[in-house]
Amino acid sequence: MPTTHENWNPGKADNRHPEVAYEEKERLFLEVKNDPRYEDFLYGCYECGICVSTCPSARFYDYSPRVIAQAMAREDIERVYDIVSEDIWNCAQCFSCLRCPRGNNPGGLVTLLREVAVKNGLQETKDVLQGYSRVIYKVMLKGNQVSPDMLQPDFFPDWGPWVGEFSANMPVWRKAIPVDTLRGVTDAAWKTNRKTLLELYTIWFETGNMDIIKEIDEGLYDLLADVMQEELEEG
Amino acid sequence: MNTVEEILERKSHAVTRDAEVAPTHDIREALFELEAKGEIVVQRVPENHVEVTTKYGRTKKIPIDHTWHHKSCGQCGHIPGYTSSIYWLHRQFNLDYLDPTDQTSCTGWNYYASATSNAAAQAAVMSRNFAAAYETGYFPTIHCGTSYGHYKEIREQLVHHKELRDEVRRILDKMGKPLVIPEELVHYSEWVHVMRKKFAEKQTVDMSMVRATVHPACHYYKIVAEDAIYDPEIYGGQRTATVTATLEALGIDVADYSTWFDCCGFGFRHVLVQRDFTRSFSTLRKIEVMKNEVNPDLTVTHDTGCVTTLDKSQFSAKAHDRNVGIPVLSDAQVAALAMGAHPFRVVQFHWHSTDWRPFLDKLGINWQKYWDEFQNDLELIRAGQKSGITWEDADKPVVYGP
Repeated sequence: MPTTHENWNPGKADNRHPEVAYEEKERLFLEVKNDPRYEDFLYGCYECGICVSTCPSARFYDYSPRVIAQAMAREDIERVYDIVSEDIWNCAQCFSCLRCPRGNNPGGLVTLLREVAVKNGLQETKDVLQGYSRVIYKVMLKGNQVSPDMLQPDFFPDWGPWVGEFSANMPVWRKAIPVDTLRGVTDAAWKTNRKTLLELYTIWFETGNMDIIKEIDEGLYDLLADVMQEELEEG
Repeated sequence: MNTVEEILERKSHAVTRDAEVAPTHDIREALFELEAKGEIVVQRVPENHVEVTTKYGRTKKIPIDHTWHHKSCGQCGHIPGYTSSIYWLHRQFNLDYLDPTDQTSCTGWNYYASATSNAAAQAAVMSRNFAAAYETGYFPTIHCGTSYGHYKEIREQLVHHKELRDEVRRILDKMGKPLVIPEELVHYSEWVHVMRKKFAEKQTVDMSMVRATVHPACHYYKIVAEDAIYDPEIYGGQRTATVTATLEALGIDVADYSTWFDCCGFGFRHVLVQRDFTRSFSTLRKIEVMKNEVNPDLTVTHDTGCVTTLDKSQFSAKAHDRNVGIPVLSDAQVAALAMGAHPFRVVQFHWHSTDWRPFLDKLGINWQKYWDEFQNDLELIRAGQKSGITWEDADKPVVYGP
């Protein structure tokens, strides 16, 4: 059977999510499409495959930035739902796909799709981000994504025996750094003053970022909100 | 914002290095227009700066000193010798810089990993940091490639979307801060680039026997590509000159390899919780290709995630008998080492995993001697006789002997 507009579906089963109503899928699609950034990220698609050839995730996963650009441009509601519930988490966000000769930004589209998946608390998204909560906790509270005390052998066993060495020597090695804002700090990447952290917490609340956290992980939200609100009240 | 016609026009002919016919708008003109309307404050580059050319031949000003250092959480957290090398280089030239405590990370790593944020929050985080720099009068220099790329993209969004500017301004008002966007967004490796000949003048370690590969950082030159430094003398102006020009100035033989455009495999979320992808990509598509094609003594890059990924991923590949084993450093660490920075007090090699000893051996640096010296520092710290290593201990360049 020749490939047509209707039957084109590379390697994917039809309607993989029958449990979700079409109207709900369409609502999520429109949420992406109505983002003010959308029109800067998608102009059409030549199907040239340049984005796929540069994409690291396409080499290791059943994942294609071209399919994402195509499905969004064709407004294929079913396929976009497959993408928003599954494919998007394979993207490495390196933005190599910006090589697109048409000027598309497939990585940017993935960012918008991810935002919608998170904001709407899709179960698949909650599952993907489950192991990631401690990182979100750190970045929201400390303003740093990673800290020295995260270098634990049980978290990074594949990084070799040195992680155990980092961890065992952490307090003294951190004192042996000449940079004033780093010296001796183990629970954050550097010393951040309290006023700055309060300003950061204000940003999280004022921009609705805390509501996003609540949607994806209520327990994490409670933990963060307690600490931040107390700090802001003491302010 | 571009129309389809503008984009097709831009992509339909070869890149011309002429600012007059550059295919993208000059974002700085838009910044000054917004400033004239009273919408934003544009922080000017300090007088002491060097002009470089970017991808389409525009001029970019890189400040030499009076800089506010927007640190990188990944560098400070896991590769502290990266940060200390950047500062050490400034100190060797008595350049005025500020290491602030009123800075947060860009939080972009988390945003690219989990999307548990939104455009307004990300723009507000950036703008709060820039306002903090502006309040001091020092000009921001951004250490992290992702922060740099992320901020370039946010700058575009702020320029193009009035409602976003209004929302960010509302939030900044609560902090008593203005909406500031710097005249240029400057990555530290651009400062390294413009200082490279000065470094070479103070170089005491011969590196002419070193062969290195370069991994250009995706978020430096792929996001808002027209802001990266390009030079016709380096790769014929077809790739960014940053890092490669620095290594060449230090006498290093920069060897080419076929997967130079590939990312490192960091993946943001992947490197923390889905590392099978990160390990596979970084070793099979980068390290092993470098090893098979040119067998370098080290590989050099200019971003947080790239150093971490390329370095840490090699252990498990080694366990599977893959052809790996290339030490990984940043350009700042290489430059500092070339000028005699202490390998442990400043460059902090002990935080790196892939064996770096053969590289130091090749340079004729008796690393064991300096490791013993560093161990003595640690003993004094453990005994409470020393609170820590300070610049007083680290500033003086080492004169390496046999």
